[in-house]
Amino acid sequence: MSDADIIPLGARGEPGRGSRRSTPSAAARTLAPRAARPRREPARDATAPQAPPADPTSAAYPEPEAVTAPDTGRPGPPDGGVTPRGIPTEGLLRALAGAARQFMGEDWEARAAELMAFARRRLDGDYEVDDFGFDAELTSRFLMSALRPIAQSWFRLEVRGIENVPVDGGALVVSNHSGTIPVDGLMTMLAVHDYAGRHLRPLGADLVFAMPVLSELARRIGATLACGEDAERMLSGGELVGVWPEGFKGTGKAYSERYKLQRFGRGGFVAAAMRTGVPIIPCSIVGAEEIYPLIGNIPSLARLLGVPYVPITPFFPLLGPAGLIPLPSKWLIEFGAPIRTDAYPAGAADDPMLVFNVTDQVRETIQQTLYELLVRRDRVFF
Amino acid sequence: MGRNVLVTGVSREIAARHALALALDPDVDKVVGVDVVPPRQGIDGVKFVRADIRSPVVAKVLAVEDIDTVVHLALQPSPTRGARTSMKESNVIGSMQLLAACQRSAEVRKLVLTSSTSVYGASPRDPAMFTEEMGPKRSPRSGFAKDCAEVEGYVRGFARRRPDVLVTNLRLASVLSPAWVTPMSDYLRLPLVPTVLGFDPRLQVPHPDDVLETLRRAVVHDVAGTFNVAGPGVLVLSQVLRRLGKRSVPVPPSVFAGVGSTILTALRSEVPGDLRQLLAHGRGVDITSLRELFGYQPRHTSAATVDAFLVGLPPGAVSGQRVRAAQARLAGEDRTRREEVNSDE
Repeated sequence: MSDADIIPLGARGEPGRGSRRSTPSAAARTLAPRAARPRREPARDATAPQAPPADPTSAAYPEPEAVTAPDTGRPGPPDGGVTPRGIPTEGLLRALAGAARQFMGEDWEARAAELMAFARRRLDGDYEVDDFGFDAELTSRFLMSALRPIAQSWFRLEVRGIENVPVDGGALVVSNHSGTIPVDGLMTMLAVHDYAGRHLRPLGADLVFAMPVLSELARRIGATLACGEDAERMLSGGELVGVWPEGFKGTGKAYSERYKLQRFGRGGFVAAAMRTGVPIIPCSIVGAEEIYPLIGNIPSLARLLGVPYVPITPFFPLLGPAGLIPLPSKWLIEFGAPIRTDAYPAGAADDPMLVFNVTDQVRETIQQTLYELLVRRDRVFF
Repeated sequence: MGRNVLVTGVSREIAARHALALALDPDVDKVVGVDVVPPRQGIDGVKFVRADIRSPVVAKVLAVEDIDTVVHLALQPSPTRGARTSMKESNVIGSMQLLAACQRSAEVRKLVLTSSTSVYGASPRDPAMFTEEMGPKRSPRSGFAKDCAEVEGYVRGFARRRPDVLVTNLRLASVLSPAWVTPMSDYLRLPLVPTVLGFDPRLQVPHPDDVLETLRRAVVHDVAGTFNVAGPGVLVLSQVLRRLGKRSVPVPPSVFAGVGSTILTALRSEVPGDLRQLLAHGRGVDITSLRELFGYQPRHTSAATVDAFLVGLPPGAVSGQRVRAAQARLAGEDRTRREEVNSDE
């Protein structure tokens, strides 16, 4: 068992931190002249490896014998070369750059720098939100990027009549509401953002702003409370405002009631548009009704939780969280011709009969468009 | 023509600084400061009268000093050492006595009240921005907000009975200043800032210089009415904390009101009830009428006020890197402001 006596600690004399008895230290080796390394001595003095690493500054040191690799019984590197170990750094960098190019396009360097700057601004709190708490940068960069693949690949979203959305100035987009969870609002926001190049500012129920997390998110993505004051403030500020006047009656209706418009609130949206003189753009959304077909409700649990309804769909709560994946229905969003409100005399907003008439006109327009779109759509899923 | 001005609550920094500014103003002849305790810093040029506004003595002060303008700055926003009863007593009864004295005085021609934007409350059903004619969705039931609402009610009654007196009501948002004791400053000075889990409120913070200038103008110029005073622009709390480089701990709303506030009291700090509401739901106030009717455009945005607060905090309390970033932002803002002034000329 003589072998047992010479078990070296560490790397058996390979480059690295050896036992120091057999190898000079790594520091000493790097200091040694480079030409000395590849040389192999055919006839070796047994004491040579044990020569202590001499002072590198001494003139006597650059004797090749003093620094040659000890005989470890393994085949040494081929003459004149060092075996490359691991992945070469250069190759690794090239691969990373290739991946970045693949992922972020040809101008990946500029985009990566921009992303870093964005992250830094976020961490420093050096960004702006408007009076309503809207964070335009975050919305464009993250929310829209997250929604885009869902809209394109999952819902195969088709947008029609985008030319009816004004390029600038205030306007009120009025839309039907459905789908148990208001995904249609998000999709309309995406359609407006991608096709009209503007931000749609949704008006939300007060329940949204009472809920933790949801309230924070809603304000971040540009929503505000659906009340006359906020709607008028946004519209007179030249924003494009989105409203879903059916509210929870629309999202929480049974699947058998699909594409039947519910009551359009109390017409407050028409009054707000009239006061600010902005056009109303009817918007009809087909496809949202099928994402979570609502077949039942648990009113007692809903009362307990303080929410308008607790939905039962064919997959929820049966499949648990998997039941929350929306069904891949085909979506069509059509923006109709604007209905002008600036021609009404001053004080028209305080004439309830006129407000009801305009509300009905908007509602009828959306209902008719829904029917037309349903005829156009040949298959609901695939 | 000069004025004889009475400033109540001069032991508070805001009132002391305001009294000092008035003493230097050529349009003001005499400034009298009233409080139960003398102010900590010297107030040169201000006559200090030790009097309790909760007692009828204040009527004598008005008569003896020939006061024609009363600036009521004695409303305390948070109880001292948890003594809510004495706070309410001082805020409500003090204001009533003061108003009673003003009503009796034939000399008084102007009353400036500093109320608070907390009269609007903070709830999920609030509009994004409150204008002066809007009311709270739910009337404040306790604390400073209730005191302010009550005092505003008494002042409205006073204005009805004395239509010859010009009443200016300034609703101040909680000031953020490294040197002053205000609920917002105290809250943001905490080493570990509690926030309400799942909520990121919108905040507006006025700069102390803007508040003082508004108060000075309210005394010197005659503009009747109610005006919101807040910093232009809105920040969300998470953004403020990021800018300050503060650590925060999100706590559920129920804990925030219950256990959390007990812990804070034990640490000799406090988050008053109306601030707790604000920290959940946030509040924005419209300062259009301050700009257009009152005629003052605040010079510091909310963001600049937060930066100034950070720069003014004692070194060691915050990271130097954040302070340098804030200084750079403030310098950039100064530069653009100078350029704007130059281009206007």
